[in-house]
Amino acid sequence: MIDLLQIFLSDSFWAASLRIATPLIFGVLGALMCERSGVLNLGIEGIFVVGAMMGWLVAYLTGSLWLGVIAAALSGGLFGLFHAILTVPLGLSQHVSGLGITMFATALMSFAYRTIFPQVATPPRIEPFRALDIPVLSDLPFLGPVLFQQTALTWLALAMVALVWWLMDRTALGVAIKAVGDNPDAVNAQGLSVMRLRMGAVVAGSALMALGGAFLTMSAFDAFFFGMVNGRGWICIALVIFASWQPGKALLGALLFGMFDALQVRLQTMAGAVVPGQVFLMVPYVLSIIALIIAARKADYPRALLKPWFKGQR
Amino acid sequence: MIEIVPREQPSRRLTAGVPLLAAIGSLLLAAIPLAFAGAPIIEAYGQMFTGVFGSLFSFTEMLTRATPLIFTGLAAAVAFRAKLWNIGGEGQLYLGAMAAVWVGSGMIEGPPILMVPLVLLAGAIAGGLGMLGPAVLKTRFGADEVVTSLLLNFIILIFVQMMLEGPLKDPMSLGWPQSEPIIDEAVLPQLIAKMRVHAGFLLAIGTAVVAHVIMAMTVWGLRIRAVGENAAAARHAGMPVKRIFLAVAFASGALAGIAGVSEVAGLKGYLTTDLSPGFGYTGIVVAMLAGLSPLGVVAAALFIASVFVGTDSMSRTMGVSSFLADLTVSMSLICVLLGGFFARFQIRRVRTEGAA
Repeated sequence: MIDLLQIFLSDSFWAASLRIATPLIFGVLGALMCERSGVLNLGIEGIFVVGAMMGWLVAYLTGSLWLGVIAAALSGGLFGLFHAILTVPLGLSQHVSGLGITMFATALMSFAYRTIFPQVATPPRIEPFRALDIPVLSDLPFLGPVLFQQTALTWLALAMVALVWWLMDRTALGVAIKAVGDNPDAVNAQGLSVMRLRMGAVVAGSALMALGGAFLTMSAFDAFFFGMVNGRGWICIALVIFASWQPGKALLGALLFGMFDALQVRLQTMAGAVVPGQVFLMVPYVLSIIALIIAARKADYPRALLKPWFKGQR
Repeated sequence: MIEIVPREQPSRRLTAGVPLLAAIGSLLLAAIPLAFAGAPIIEAYGQMFTGVFGSLFSFTEMLTRATPLIFTGLAAAVAFRAKLWNIGGEGQLYLGAMAAVWVGSGMIEGPPILMVPLVLLAGAIAGGLGMLGPAVLKTRFGADEVVTSLLLNFIILIFVQMMLEGPLKDPMSLGWPQSEPIIDEAVLPQLIAKMRVHAGFLLAIGTAVVAHVIMAMTVWGLRIRAVGENAAAARHAGMPVKRIFLAVAFASGALAGIAGVSEVAGLKGYLTTDLSPGFGYTGIVVAMLAGLSPLGVVAAALFIASVFVGTDSMSRTMGVSSFLADLTVSMSLICVLLGGFFARFQIRRVRTEGAA
């Protein structure tokens, strides 16, 4: 018990929670934007890979981290556009298209990596984002290490929570995106384009997802590895239901998740002798399933989710 | 302006031709990454072809590769017919393989006539339970089976690792995490001397035929399709929709589980964590290419196995990354999806008269 208390009182635990939550914040926000407009985007796992690879690659080639971030968002948006074309104007199965995008994106990035860097023993590394060093703030006790010694991408993620909240709750565009995911006929009757709203939301959401991937190669690590996304995208799909499609709760869900994950790493070092390490490795996935079960019963899905819409029909 | 108009009847010719067109289309599209990799394209295609059809050995290698894909393809096809999104084939495959080595590595000893069915049964039950879980979570709590079955893949693979470092570990393996070998009586025999293709292939073909008969000619097949096409109507017609849904989930998981048994008992002889290079996920592509038809699954699995074996061979001689195979397979999925669109819809050009 004392040990557990010590964990919760340590600043490194809270700093780690926020760090682990960062890619998930991007991912859940991205999934939220897509689904609010009525489009499930199972391409998320592959788009994470795209963001991880493209962000890292451009940073490696140009030496500029921020160019890498922009490249990650743009290429993620491009794959989102692909998914959007297949599912919105063409109205094809969102499940199959999303899985197809994930397989295609993952294979393409792996192929590109192997073609550009044939047979390298150690993966090429970049100089990743460094912890912020803000005068006074970073030196504060507790708050300094937890909040002000994170990398710039963590702050970008937090800013995105505010931005997506503002967009969805405070602007006419956000109201239109939410309406198009609930009742596209009504939106069409008002003279707005269902197609453009949905495609726009999917492209923007996918760009956000890719930033989650970029965090992995440009902040959490400094290189690209196969399999490094490791289900984080799927976890976001579970968390967005847990967050009932609201940006504030998305942040909360990602943070809770980050806390549990940070906790299991620490418990692992404490209880490692008794319990096999793999039990702890399962925790994130088990947690996601539990979160889904808790949320599913009262989940208020966007009513037009998964339903294609064609002009002039019905 | 372009207008998308649904056809009154989906074009039969197009529907039948889509898988073939998608397969050819994805092979042609592979020329783009080949060009980027700087390989001589015609020669590369030639290498891929001889890599499969060049010798009896390479051809049987392709059949060996197709074997698990037929099972996982059937698993996906049966589930998708009932609109049950089983994306957990990879995990169920490992559950089946784990059950096979648990039962088949000396726990019980008996003649082959007993051992082989026993190992298959164990794998089928393990895989079936692996999908029954997500299906129950769906019917009880409404938890989306896409996400739960996907996440279970990760949990199961970690569980396999844990078992291979613990209770299932072969004490003779010198620290390498692998299971004890399957006893000889439980091994699926080779079909041709010195070739790796094994009885699992015949079992896969047989299973596909049985699945075809069930889907096309029995009440159960009718029920599964009815639930998939319109669950509300099926319920209205008095069908036990929930029970059908759970039964399909078990059957689908069992098929994926048998894929794992077949790999362990027919090919590898023991279980490691790299038993499957994603056969569960590729099974989804197989099922879609097959238009969810069980017999089509056999053809689609042979095609995709050819892509993998051919690309591997080409990749070895020409130095192109073997990820090209995954790329081609993923493109075939997108092609078949697009093809389905053109079978169901017409694209007409409409004249814009004044109004924008």
